[in-house]
Amino acid sequence: MPKIELNMITQRSIEEGAAMEKGKTNPDYFDACSICEMHPEDMKRAGIWKNTNVRVTSECGTVIVKAIMPTQYVPPGLAHIRQGVWANQVVPPRTQSTGTPQYSGFPVTIEPAPAERLKTALELVQGAVGLWKGGQ
Amino acid sequence: MPKLIKGVGCPYCGSSCDDIEVLVSDDETKILEVHNACIIGTNLFHHANDPTRPKLPRMRQPDGSMKEVTYPEAIDWMAKTMLKAKKPLIYGFGSTNCEGMSAVARIAEKAGAVLDNCATICHGPSFLAIFDNGYPSCTLGEAKNRADVVVFWGCNPMHAHPRHTSRYSIFPRGYFTQKGQMQRTVLCIDPRETDTAKLADHHLMIDQGHDYELFDAFRTVLRGFDIPETVAGIPREKIKEAAEIMKKAKFCMIFFGMGCTHTDGRNHNIDAAISLTRDLNEHTKCSIMAMRGHYNIAGPGQVWSWQFGFPYCIDLTKGSHAHMNPGETSSVDLAMRDEVDCFVNVGTDAGAHFPIQAVQHLKKHPFIAIDPNFCMASEIADLHIPVRIAGVDEPGVVYRMDNVPIQFRAVIKGLPGVPSDEELFDMVYERMCELTNTQPVWLAAKADRKYPESPAVI
Ligand code: SF4
Repeated sequence: MPKIELNMITQRSIEEGAAMEKGKTNPDYFDACSICEMHPEDMKRAGIWKNTNVRVTSECGTVIVKAIMPTQYVPPGLAHIRQGVWANQVVPPRTQSTGTPQYSGFPVTIEPAPAERLKTALELVQGAVGLWKGGQ
Repeated sequence: MPKLIKGVGCPYCGSSCDDIEVLVSDDETKILEVHNACIIGTNLFHHANDPTRPKLPRMRQPDGSMKEVTYPEAIDWMAKTMLKAKKPLIYGFGSTNCEGMSAVARIAEKAGAVLDNCATICHGPSFLAIFDNGYPSCTLGEAKNRADVVVFWGCNPMHAHPRHTSRYSIFPRGYFTQKGQMQRTVLCIDPRETDTAKLADHHLMIDQGHDYELFDAFRTVLRGFDIPETVAGIPREKIKEAAEIMKKAKFCMIFFGMGCTHTDGRNHNIDAAISLTRDLNEHTKCSIMAMRGHYNIAGPGQVWSWQFGFPYCIDLTKGSHAHMNPGETSSVDLAMRDEVDCFVNVGTDAGAHFPIQAVQHLKKHPFIAIDPNFCMASEIADLHIPVRIAGVDEPGVVYRMDNVPIQFRAVIKGLPGVPSDEELFDMVYERMCELTNTQPVWLAAKADRKYPESPAVI
């Protein structure tokens, strides 16, 4: 499978804010945040079809998200996952001694994973600390 | 008859809009309509009606499930856990009122805890730069009334502060800006063509992570020196043109956000931004402001600075004095080094917004979540204590992003039996004093403090 290296940023969006205020287990929050925006050229290079799942891997973790066409234009080489549970699976906790993690500007590898399943927010967070009781 | 309450504050983003109108049911228990707010504010108020809102604390059982317990049980457990811990960490406070922040500080002192707020993962680097370089800022009212050039650097208010542009920065008609948007030139510096960039007259699409170079290039141009053909992906001519616009402004206003603080350079980017503001004041009037995320995230900076002398990352474990050193006493660094042995999450969601590895480290020890609703932190916590929602069913003072205090009001009656943050922390403090055989001196100091009858007249 082809892979691409992109520069990842994770920032706010109004969809995330509006959904978060309905609750983080709300399906709107899942739809708003479990996505990755990138330039169509980059998708083509990695053999990614729009609206299919991809695996994003950083120096400290990996997450499955859905690749979509940018809602706000992203130049080639840059990728954006909205701030939230999915983004924070791959955000490096290194802080350059300021206390603030590297939420933006860290290298990731993105590869197609059309057969993989998106996990819910609860599954990701509870799963990470060994509390997830739901199915696989 | 449903009642229309005017002049309500919205407890969501740093714009802290105080012109919201809320229609509430006769018995003041349900929110029926929300006027003037953006979609986020509207959802927030309506969510308070959710009948599944927790009314009792829940404690995690050995089998991993949660069981409801009474408030006295929860308070007792929290007090004992915090006293037992060698170095507890109390973190959060993006979304609560100043009264709660002040009350929690007494617990932190008693427990010898580290006290930190959400700034640590958002505008913390801005604080560092402000300590080093000063903060030539103003209020949002001045921005509205005077600014004819507005720069959005690494921030996207159309998404993060939806009414910021209509209330303060782009559209409103002010005293010297009576033509509103027509009179303002808007610059946006962002690696993406965000919805704010689409509104701007000039979008400088910077190479992500190269903010420092571009700030420096602006300063160089302003001082009359030449710069390379392209800097940070922007052609020289474009930079010169933008610098000229700022220089020719009657009043230039720079807003900066997470695009500068979350990326390489951190505080150094802000340092350069402040120096650019200073340089621009050689030519015209220029001011700078951090786009603070939450409606009262400026609050803990104010309250704790009065109490301890520091706005965030306050280490009280020494028992004799407060000590602040971000990188050492900041939440994520403490978590990653496994230095804390109890975590209290208040009015924020570390479960969703910390890098997941930091959450995994924190979860090795007792984990307490204090939040009106279910969130990721509450769903992994050992103890979840629900409280009232500041700005919805609990009044209080909040600090807007420009550090202007606003008295927020309550629009509905709180859930019966559910305390406010302040009441909860006072009860925990009292219990800690009982357990350690000490006098609850701070409670006596505010025994006769009452909320004003009608906050609007203040
Ligand atoms: S802009 Fe911010 S403060 Fe104003 S209504 Fe929207 S969320 Fe609330």
